[in-house]
Amino acid sequence: MTFRTAAGGRIDRGRTLTFTFDGQTFTGHPGDTLASALLAAGRHAIATSVKLGRPRGITAAWAEDSGGLVQIEEPFAEPMLPAATVELYDGLVASGLPGQGRLADGPDPARYDAKHHHVDVLVVGAGPAGLIAALAAARGGARVALVDEQSEAGGALLSERETPEWVAAAVAELAGYPDVLHLQRTTAFGSYDDGFVLALERRTDHLGAAAPPTVSRQRVWRLRARSVVVATGAHERPVVFSDNDRPGILLAGAARTFLNRYGVLPGREVVVFTTNDSAYDAALDLHRAGARVHLVDARAAGSPRAAECAAAGIPVLAGAVVTGTRGVERVTHALVAPYLGREPAGREPGGREPGGRQPGGGELGADEPLPCDALLVSGGWNPAVHLFSQVRGRLRYDESLGAFRPDEELDGLTVAGAAAGILDPAGCLADGARAAASLGFDAGALPPVPARGAPAAPLVLWRVPDATGATQFVDLQRDATVADIARALGAGLRSVEHVKRYTTIGTAHDQGKTSGVVASGIVAELLGVPVQDTGVTTFRPPYTPVAFAALAGRDRGRLFDPERYTALHDWHVAAGAVFEDVGQWKRPRYYPRDGEDMTTAVLRECAAVRTGVGVIDGSTLGKIDVQGPDAGAFLDLLYTNVMSSLPPGTVRYGVLCGVDGMVIDDGTVLRLAEEHFLVLTTTGGAAKILDWMEEWLQTEWPHLRVRCTSVTEQWSTFPVVGPRSRDVVAAVFPAVDVAREAFPFMAIRETTLGGVPIRLARISFSGELAYEVYVNSWYAAAVWERLLRAGAGYGITPYGTETMHVLRAEKGYPIIGQETDGTVTPHDLGLGWAVSTKKADFLGKRSFARAANLDPQRKQLVGLLPTDRETLLPEGSQVVAYCPDGRLPAPPVPMLGHVTSGYRSAELGRPFALALVKGGRARIGQTVHVPVGDILVPAEITGPVLVDPEGARRDG
Amino acid sequence: MQLIECPWCGPREEAEFSYGGQAGVAYPADPAALSDVEWAHYVFFRDNPKGRFAERWSHSAGCRRWFRAVRDTVTYTFEVTG
Repeated sequence: MTFRTAAGGRIDRGRTLTFTFDGQTFTGHPGDTLASALLAAGRHAIATSVKLGRPRGITAAWAEDSGGLVQIEEPFAEPMLPAATVELYDGLVASGLPGQGRLADGPDPARYDAKHHHVDVLVVGAGPAGLIAALAAARGGARVALVDEQSEAGGALLSERETPEWVAAAVAELAGYPDVLHLQRTTAFGSYDDGFVLALERRTDHLGAAAPPTVSRQRVWRLRARSVVVATGAHERPVVFSDNDRPGILLAGAARTFLNRYGVLPGREVVVFTTNDSAYDAALDLHRAGARVHLVDARAAGSPRAAECAAAGIPVLAGAVVTGTRGVERVTHALVAPYLGREPAGREPGGREPGGRQPGGGELGADEPLPCDALLVSGGWNPAVHLFSQVRGRLRYDESLGAFRPDEELDGLTVAGAAAGILDPAGCLADGARAAASLGFDAGALPPVPARGAPAAPLVLWRVPDATGATQFVDLQRDATVADIARALGAGLRSVEHVKRYTTIGTAHDQGKTSGVVASGIVAELLGVPVQDTGVTTFRPPYTPVAFAALAGRDRGRLFDPERYTALHDWHVAAGAVFEDVGQWKRPRYYPRDGEDMTTAVLRECAAVRTGVGVIDGSTLGKIDVQGPDAGAFLDLLYTNVMSSLPPGTVRYGVLCGVDGMVIDDGTVLRLAEEHFLVLTTTGGAAKILDWMEEWLQTEWPHLRVRCTSVTEQWSTFPVVGPRSRDVVAAVFPAVDVAREAFPFMAIRETTLGGVPIRLARISFSGELAYEVYVNSWYAAAVWERLLRAGAGYGITPYGTETMHVLRAEKGYPIIGQETDGTVTPHDLGLGWAVSTKKADFLGKRSFARAANLDPQRKQLVGLLPTDRETLLPEGSQVVAYCPDGRLPAPPVPMLGHVTSGYRSAELGRPFALALVKGGRARIGQTVHVPVGDILVPAEITGPVLVDPEGARRDG
Repeated sequence: MQLIECPWCGPREEAEFSYGGQAGVAYPADPAALSDVEWAHYVFFRDNPKGRFAERWSHSAGCRRWFRAVRDTVTYTFEVTG
C-alpha cells in the first residue's frame, strides 16, 4: 500500500529512482530523501535500538532525527546518516543501523577539498529570515555568502502546502549578483571568533552515479565574514511519554514536511498530540490529504484554532495527553487520558508520596486507546541557537517558548527569525529585514507569506506524568529515559553537564537537538528549580557530524606535510637509497647493495669510511648566514663558547643553550669574513634556531647590527670522509693545497670548479680525516658526480644517515634531540670544554651555577659495552643498577638512566651504546644491567669515546 | 579562528602567529649578580592573570616580526601595543 499522495510535493513524479533498503527494493522520485521514499512505501521502522533492541523509526524530516539512522552500503560505505538527510539517488543501497555503524574496508576513492572565502555578510539559513537578509545585503552591494543545508532554498516555507513564488524569484535574483555566493546542501557546522564559520558542502552524493569524478565529493568552506546573520530556524521538541519510541511516532512539523514537500502521508489514521498551535497546521494538512485525524491538545482551554478543526471535522480533545502507546513494529494505539494538571515539582519518579499514592497518579484521568498508524507530537520549538552559542553567546530560558533563546547582541553576529525565537513566517521575514537593517541594508517591502492567526499561549510540558519513567525515552538514540535522569539525580548529580555524561543524553549523532532542552526541563522539574537555573549543556562544533575525510581535505598522504628533497634526491633514488624522514627532509638512510639488510649495509658503509673513503649528502644541515658589524658579539651571546675570536677562514664547534642552561642545538660556525659567519645547525633545528636568533635580536638586542637569513637550500654540502678523502679532494680541486699543514683541521678554503665557487672546510663528524664540500645547489649533482668519479679508485662509498650516526656515536658525539631531551647541559654531555669561563655572559651561563646543575649525580653521557659482545641495546632501554642474582628487584627498581643510542660497530666488532647515566663519569668501569625484553644484559660503563680516543685519525 | 592585527601586515589568522609569553620580562642586566632565586624567577616564573595580560607575539608565518599585545585572557580581546 502506498502512502504517496496523488499529487503535490516538490518531487519529480515523472522519474522513478530504484533503491535497496535492508535487502528489499523500493522506488522513489528525484526530490525524495531516503526517509520520505521509505515512508511512501509505508516503512517507518528503520532499526532496533542500541541497548534495548526496541524497534525504532523515522522521527523527523532532517538532521534532528534521533531514530532513523542508516548505514550506506553502496556506492561507498558510510555509517550513521539520518535517512531523512540522504537525498535519494538511483542504485542507493542502505540498511538500518542498530546503533554503531561500520566504516568502509577499502580506501575512500572520493576527493575532498577546502576553500577560503571572505565576505561582508554571511547568512546561514535560506528560510524567510535568511533569504530576506541576504537579498537586502546583496541589493546594497555587499559581498554576500548564503549557505543552507537543504537541497533547495526556502527553509520552513518548503513545508507549507504552497511554497511562496517569491522564494524562487529571490534565488534567481541572488544568482545575478557577481559578489553573492549562494550554496545549498551546505551546513555551517562551526562558528568561531571574528566572523569565522566552517561549512560543509555536499557536492556530489545526490547525483548518484552521474556525479562527475573530477568534482570533490565534499568541500569544507572556511568563511570569514565581517557580519554573520544566523537564521538557522528552530527544531521541534517532543513531549516525553511512555513508549514514545515506537516507529510511527514523529514530530508533527516533520509529518507536515513529509506531506507537503515530499507528497507522503506518514499515516492514514493519525493522532496529533500537541501543547501548542503549530501542530494544528499538521492536523489540518493531513486531514485535507485524506488522513483521519484526532487532535489531542494538552491545554485545558485548547486553541481558538480548534474551530478550524471542528469545521473540517477533526475531533479535538482539549486538556488531554498521550500517556502511552501500543504496537511493536509500528504504533497501533495512542493511550489518551485527561490531563488534570502538572505534577508537583521536586519529586523524583518512583518516590512515594505520603499516603502511598504514586506521584503524578492524581493528575491523569483514565486512559483510553485511540487506534492510529501514526502519532504526531509537538511540544513546542527550540530555536537553533548552536552557531550563536558556539561563540559564547549567552542564552536565556524563555518561559513562553519553553526554550532557550539568544540573550545578547554579539559583535559581528546577529540571530534572526526562528533561531531568535520568532516562530511565525511573517515575523521571521520582518526579523530578517531587521537583521539586514542593523547592518545598514534596507530590505524594502516584504513579500507575502502564509498567514497564521494569533497563536494561543503554548503549554510547556516536558513529559507526561508517569510513576517511573522507565520507558519515557528522552534520547532515543541512546536509549536514555526519564528514569535514567532520575537515577543520575539520585546519585547526587545536579549540573545538566554531569547528567548528560551520566545518562549519555545528547551525546549521539544528533547531539541532543530534540533531547537536550527536554532533558534540562525534566532535570529542573525533578529538582524543583527554574529551568533557567539548570541551563542547557554547552553547544560545541560541529552542529552535525563531519567526516574526518572532509576535514582532512587534500592534506592527506604525501600532501599531509611538505616533503623536502635535496638537490641530489633523484641520484639517491636511482642509487636505491632507503630514505628516512628527518624533520620534513627525505634523507638517504643507507644504500643497500644486492640483498643487504640495514645492518649489513651499515656495517659495510662504516668500514668503508673508516678504512677508505665515503661521501654523504649533508645538504639538509641547517645553514644560517649571519652578517653585520656586531655578528661576532651576537654569536658570543648565543653560543656557550667564544666566536668573536675566531679568525676569518676558520671553523669552530659551538653549543647553544636556553636561558635554563639546557642544550637546544649544536653545530659548527664558519667565519667567512670579519663580519660574515655561516652558522650550521642540526637538520631538525634549523628553523627553530633562526627563530631563536631573530627573537633575541628583535626583543633584547635590537642595538646589535646583525642580519640573519636561511641559506640551507642555497648551499649543498657533501662531507668527504675517511683516510683517502685527501686524495679525492686533491684530485677534484687541484688548486687547493690539501697537505696536512697547508689545510689544517677546522680551516676553510675557497676555490672554484669549472668557474663555480666551491668552499671546502675541514670538519669531521666521524673522527676521520674529512672535508666538507660546499657548492651552490644548482651545481650539486655535477660536483657529487665528480667526487664519485675521483674516488672510484679508492672505492668511494656513498653512505646514509644511519652510518653517519654510528660513526659519530663511536666518537661520542651527541645528536641534539637523541642524546638530549631538554634536560641536558653541555657539561652532562662532556662538552664542558666548549663552555667559556671567560665571557661575562651568554645564554644559559647563569644557570650553570645553580645548585641543581652542579649536582654530581646528574645524568651524564657515557658509553656502554654489553659484556656478551652480542646484544644490541635498543634506544630507550633503561639502565639499572647491577643485580647480582640476575633478576630485577621488586619495585622501586634502582634506575640509573637510559640508552640514547645503540648500534653495531664494524670498527669495534661488537655492539655499543651511548647512555645518560646518573653520576655516569664516576661509574666508568662499573657494570650495570640493561633490561632487554625479559633478560638483564650486563654492560660495562665506559667513556663516551670508543674509537680513536687520542684523535690520531683526524688529520689523516 | 581569531584575527590578530599584525602591526606590519594587518589582520591575519591567529594560526600565523606564535606566542612568546609574558611581555616586559627583560633579560637581567647582570645575571651573575642575581641570587639563584632571583634568576629562577627570571627563567621560570610568569604571571597568569585572569583578565588583561601583556604578551609577546611573533607573526612567525608572515613578516616574522615580534610585537607586544595586551590580551584579555577571559574575553580573548586582543589589543596590539607595538
